[in-house]
Amino acid sequence: MSPDQLTKPPTAQPSPGARRPVGRHSPRPRRGKRPPRAEHLGRAALVFLMVLLAVPFVFPTWWMASSSLKTTSEILRIPPTVWAESPTLAPYRDVFTLQPFAQQYMNSLYIAVAVTIGTIAVAALAGYAFARIRFPGANALFVIVLIGMLVPSEVTIVPLFRMVNTLGLIDTHWPLIVIPVLGAPSVLATFIMRQFFITFPGELEEAGRMDGLTRFGIFARIAFPLARSAVAAVAIFTFLKSWNLYLEPIVYLSSKENFTLPQALTQYVDAYGGPIWNVQLAATTLTVIPVLIVFVIAQRQFIQGLANTGLKG
Amino acid sequence: MTSVPTLPARRRTMRWRDRDALYGYLFSAPAVLGSLAFVIAPLIAVVWYSLHEWNVLANTFTFIGGENYTRMLTDAALHDSLWASLWFSLGVLVLNMTLALALAVLLNQHLPGTTLFRVLFFSPVVVSLVAWTIVWGFLLQADNGVNAFLAALGVTGPNWLRGSVTAMIAVVVVQVFKNVGLNMVLFLAALQGVPEDIGEAARLDGAGAWRRFTSITLPMISPTMLLVGILTLVGSLETFALIDVLTDGGPGTSTTVLVFYLYRQAFEFNQFGYASAIAVLLFVIVLALTLLQWQTRKKWVFHES
Repeated sequence: MSPDQLTKPPTAQPSPGARRPVGRHSPRPRRGKRPPRAEHLGRAALVFLMVLLAVPFVFPTWWMASSSLKTTSEILRIPPTVWAESPTLAPYRDVFTLQPFAQQYMNSLYIAVAVTIGTIAVAALAGYAFARIRFPGANALFVIVLIGMLVPSEVTIVPLFRMVNTLGLIDTHWPLIVIPVLGAPSVLATFIMRQFFITFPGELEEAGRMDGLTRFGIFARIAFPLARSAVAAVAIFTFLKSWNLYLEPIVYLSSKENFTLPQALTQYVDAYGGPIWNVQLAATTLTVIPVLIVFVIAQRQFIQGLANTGLKG
Repeated sequence: MTSVPTLPARRRTMRWRDRDALYGYLFSAPAVLGSLAFVIAPLIAVVWYSLHEWNVLANTFTFIGGENYTRMLTDAALHDSLWASLWFSLGVLVLNMTLALALAVLLNQHLPGTTLFRVLFFSPVVVSLVAWTIVWGFLLQADNGVNAFLAALGVTGPNWLRGSVTAMIAVVVVQVFKNVGLNMVLFLAALQGVPEDIGEAARLDGAGAWRRFTSITLPMISPTMLLVGILTLVGSLETFALIDVLTDGGPGTSTTVLVFYLYRQAFEFNQFGYASAIAVLLFVIVLALTLLQWQTRKKWVFHES
């Protein structure tokens, strides 16, 4: 499943599997009296199998990076060269001269940051209200919000396009920020925040209330600061989802300086519509590598966050 | 006398509660109003549009009742796209589940380098689907990447994206490698929830590794498998970017899945009315799968408790 696959319906309870930290190992079980030599051989074979299976996961990234350093003539050579024979940074220069790539990079970055901050604000407030505050009609309102989990974005793209068009916001970034924050994509975030706040100890709120805090004070000073793990999970999947968005940008945006990265990557084509491979791969490398670096640094948070939201959602 | 001191206290509680309700509405207002404006209103609109002949270029918008739906029954291209969706989703389901389970079992053997391999298998999940697809498009050319790799092993690979069957295989495989890491981690969590003493007892009774896997492990993680399976199916039904970038629905219409056909009708043929009817069909399919998932989850939670 991809991050954009995470918009999935709710559950009354997170699964038992989702609660334990993903991927952490219990201590190695004691094995019986197997001959140690055979076991060693078997385990070596399994490691070898893992290395083999890792090839299709690693090979594309490596091939992308090495091919992006090839000259135009070398990248078309058959059979292909394994290493770039005369590595060149020319494709990386062309990335920026053929398109306003820096601008497009900034577009993707600021849209994703805005969507992430907006989603956290909307989802934390609503999730807190539905979990901790008793008010008439709360359940009905929660159901209205949850309907968003049932609706794939492709289903509503025609009416949303018409709405954006009527408001004169075609070829602006507004639909890429406002609709994800307020519409269906943020519902999973609201649901996750609610699940978190349900388990929140009531005594802490009571203490805040005794100290004369308002509801907003209790939320902002006590509940929200303690929701760091849930906020981190929401931030990771929301950022990735916005960063990777494709259908909406190609529907709403038309001028190159407004494009976002996934859309811009497909635009490095020659006069016949064929891809200019080395430039396209250079642009792709520039898009992929920063995300991969952040992922490797914070891999535990990424894997736990995405897996937990994947199951709960 | 006794009731006098409690009265102000109670009134204060009432006031807090009234004000609290107000906060409840305020806090939930952005999410609720957002849902009304950007989910529910568009959902109603798409049903309404589906009852119209609406060509954006010709600027027509005529009520035609259920004609778009009867057109679906005879639209051969739609039937092709439903078949393509079915093959694609089934392919993704089977390959993804099998590979995810195999990887999870491997990662659960406490082998050296497990953390590294988990990161490697998971890494495509965080890569943008378009970037991943572009790289695979490069790899799947007639003489590059995959086929060069196969040639080194003495195998002549097909021109993947030019044949209808191989193109379908290609989109399935590219989608699975992109997403299998997530299912792998979900399976791994389920595997680690299987109590080890049961397996140990079976081992002492002489059950082999395969027997223990099929008779103990698989039944114990089957609820997770069901859940993950449905999530994978729904996700595969929503796949658009992969098709658009890798095959553009081709060759012919062999990889034009339902979502891609919807996009074509709306934004290439300008048939917004017919596209809306297809959107309703897509919604009904996804809704059915989701309700099935809730049903199975309810059962599962019941069994757990």
